[in-house]
Amino acid sequence: MTAQAQAPALPDPADWRPTGLFGSPRRRLVFWLVVAAYLVWAIGSLNVDWARVARGLPRALDILERMTPPAVGSKWQILVNGMVESVQMAIASSLFGMALAIPLGIAAARNLAPRPVYLAARGFIVVGRTFHEILIAIFFVKLFGFGAVAGLLTLTFSSAIFLGKMLAEDIENIQPGPLEAVRATGAGFGQVVMHAVAPQVVVKTLGVFIYRLDANLRHSTVVGIVGAGGIGATLSASFSRYDYDFASAILLTIAALVAFGEWFSDWARRRIR
Amino acid sequence: MNAPRPSSPAAAAALAPRHPEVWQRRTPAQSLVQWLWLAGCTLAALWSVSALDIEWSFLLDAHQQAADLAGRMWPPRWDYLPKIVGPLVETVHIATLGTMAAVVLALPVAFLAARNTTANGFTWAVGRALLVGSRSINTVIWGLLFVAIFGPGAVAGVFAVAARSVGFVAKLVAEAIEEVDPGQIEAVRATGAGTLQTWWVAILPQVMPVLIGTTIYRWDINVRESSVLGFVGAGGIGLYLYASINGFLWQQVLLILVAIGAIVLASEALSAWVRGRIS
Amino acid sequence: MSERSGTAAVTSAATAAAAEVGGGAPPLVVQGLGKTYGTGQKALAGVDLRIDTPQVVAIIGSSGAGKSTFIRCINRLVEPSTGSVRLHGLELTTLDRAGLRRARRRIGMIFQEFNLVERLSVMQNVLSGRLGAVSLWSSLRWRFPGEDIRAAFELLERVGLGGYHDRRADALSGGQQQRVGIARALMQRPELLLVDEPTASLDPKTSRQIMRLIRELAGERATPALVNIHDVALARTFADRIVGFQAGAVVFDGPPSALTDDALTLIYGAEDWTLGHTAEDADAAEAAA
Repeated sequence: MTAQAQAPALPDPADWRPTGLFGSPRRRLVFWLVVAAYLVWAIGSLNVDWARVARGLPRALDILERMTPPAVGSKWQILVNGMVESVQMAIASSLFGMALAIPLGIAAARNLAPRPVYLAARGFIVVGRTFHEILIAIFFVKLFGFGAVAGLLTLTFSSAIFLGKMLAEDIENIQPGPLEAVRATGAGFGQVVMHAVAPQVVVKTLGVFIYRLDANLRHSTVVGIVGAGGIGATLSASFSRYDYDFASAILLTIAALVAFGEWFSDWARRRIR
Repeated sequence: MNAPRPSSPAAAAALAPRHPEVWQRRTPAQSLVQWLWLAGCTLAALWSVSALDIEWSFLLDAHQQAADLAGRMWPPRWDYLPKIVGPLVETVHIATLGTMAAVVLALPVAFLAARNTTANGFTWAVGRALLVGSRSINTVIWGLLFVAIFGPGAVAGVFAVAARSVGFVAKLVAEAIEEVDPGQIEAVRATGAGTLQTWWVAILPQVMPVLIGTTIYRWDINVRESSVLGFVGAGGIGLYLYASINGFLWQQVLLILVAIGAIVLASEALSAWVRGRIS
Repeated sequence: MSERSGTAAVTSAATAAAAEVGGGAPPLVVQGLGKTYGTGQKALAGVDLRIDTPQVVAIIGSSGAGKSTFIRCINRLVEPSTGSVRLHGLELTTLDRAGLRRARRRIGMIFQEFNLVERLSVMQNVLSGRLGAVSLWSSLRWRFPGEDIRAAFELLERVGLGGYHDRRADALSGGQQQRVGIARALMQRPELLLVDEPTASLDPKTSRQIMRLIRELAGERATPALVNIHDVALARTFADRIVGFQAGAVVFDGPPSALTDDALTLIYGAEDWTLGHTAEDADAAEAAA
């Protein structure tokens, strides 16, 4: 039996087009035209010195050549000191950041905090996330002078913001049942947190903490560029001095350490599941 | 006690082993492990702080310095705004162009780094190495490298953004590729389609949502990153900020910070809205 | 009626294609097909099978008997360890990659889990049966020849999904998705149909509809079909010939009428085969009506 009576007339095969992502071939065309127009506008407005770019490619090869093999030579101590400082900053700031993130995360959770506190905490998080670490680092350098303290405070602050936000979201996602049940027993706020909230979020939070530990290793290398401690300053200096083989040694060390941290973070997070 | 008294010593003996007098959540062994972890963390924290060279005297007058700074920043220098519109636009361009370049490069890298589409163990290792290399170096540090290559300017910035973003996008897309239902791939292969055709028909439609979502998410992170690329000379508003700080022009600094805040928040809102629309 | 002329055209095309490829060679000849995995596990132990005329061959046997491996060895989705597979005279086991792709275009496959590309439309899934016949560039743009698109529409109509062409594949029910899978396989105008447990994921009524559809379409197009099936009643009802597998080898090969309880015991092991027969017979009677 056929459904020809009810079915709509078949489109002419020549007219059939796949609907795809854009819903119609016309929308797809418009999209690509907009993209092309944007490219023209953006690249045009950048004041590109095309001659310099053209010279850039052979320069890149030259620099790459000078970067390999990476060489440390007598600056071994500087590299190690810088990396150790970066690692110390990463660990310390993760721990302190986590400590601060707990009250912040609780304050920013809609199902735990009273509304004005919630709004204030969320606002604080939004503002804190807007600015890049380097800007925060400059601020702390201005207050506390050059050195690792500024870096530590910068990373602690940004870790607290990140971990606090994640914690707040995890708290908001818990099952409301246990929360309601513990509240109904007349438990105080602290007890509610300990017995209804914490058990549900602790595993995920630990995972996020381990992730942030590894991420801070990356961030700690950057804040040094503005004088807040860590290997960043050494790296920046080596570039300015055209010390490319030392620079590549530093970059490889950073990459190796971060890769190790990431592997460790994946392993640890799987273990605690 | 409100528990019923056992009727005889035998009954009491029968009751006794069924439950301990005291309930503890953790065995002594587990408690010990917990304490060790706590002690370890505390020690790690103390070690990392002690080794740092903290100038304690600075800490004492920090709040005074902060108040002083705040005073000097207020009010923001609004008449400086026209001067920074151009650099702000350039910042967004750097982020956008860099993200676009990254997407184009991320697709082949993702196929290399996905176990079910890579040619052999060696190509997979290459793909993974590219991912790690790209992701372990911050955008700003890539900026240092590209300024050395291309000289100061937005070109270095675009390359820096692209270099960092490729790994970010490709990693998530590679994970999506690995999660594609193998049956669907098998079915297309069984019709006699070639490898590229199979990828295009059976894999790409499945990973498109991830690709698009990740790209947009990375774009808004890149706007934030581009705002400071100027510190290493890679273009954008960062240069003006750097100059204003070095020149102690604090009201300009505040204005620039406000402007950066505005474009970052706007890009985040836009990104969240678009990603909400496509899911 | 347009669908009759369409199918008649396809049938004659299939027979013509069959004739020109192997001259008089039989559609499928399998000799000594064996598969041993690296772990030492022996999935197939020398299978011989020959299909001389268009017919529906049902392969039955318990899980792990090698049915699925056998089917997949024919189009080399699983690589056979030993033996030969000849499709209209062409030896498949020794083909290089390009040759294998060309050969696969001549074999249509239908899967237990349907294996449609879920995010694509029904039409795109059906057309993907012809991917091997168009260039890479055309397939990227989904530009297929008009006659292919026309054939796709007719096939969709024939399997009862007229008007569904722009629906997303994952919006369909299980039975509907399997029909799309059937249409996709038939788009290839195949010389052989490999069908791997087409009804395992479907309810009993839909299973019968699908088996009926496969049988009708294979008959209309004079295409031999190898169907893996675990439901003995369905096999009896819809197949011309039954092949029983046990421990990787063929232990039964004959018409459904020859499938006695003793034969079933040989294939599946000891079991009281009289249990449940009345229900199955009633189903079979309804299906034949």
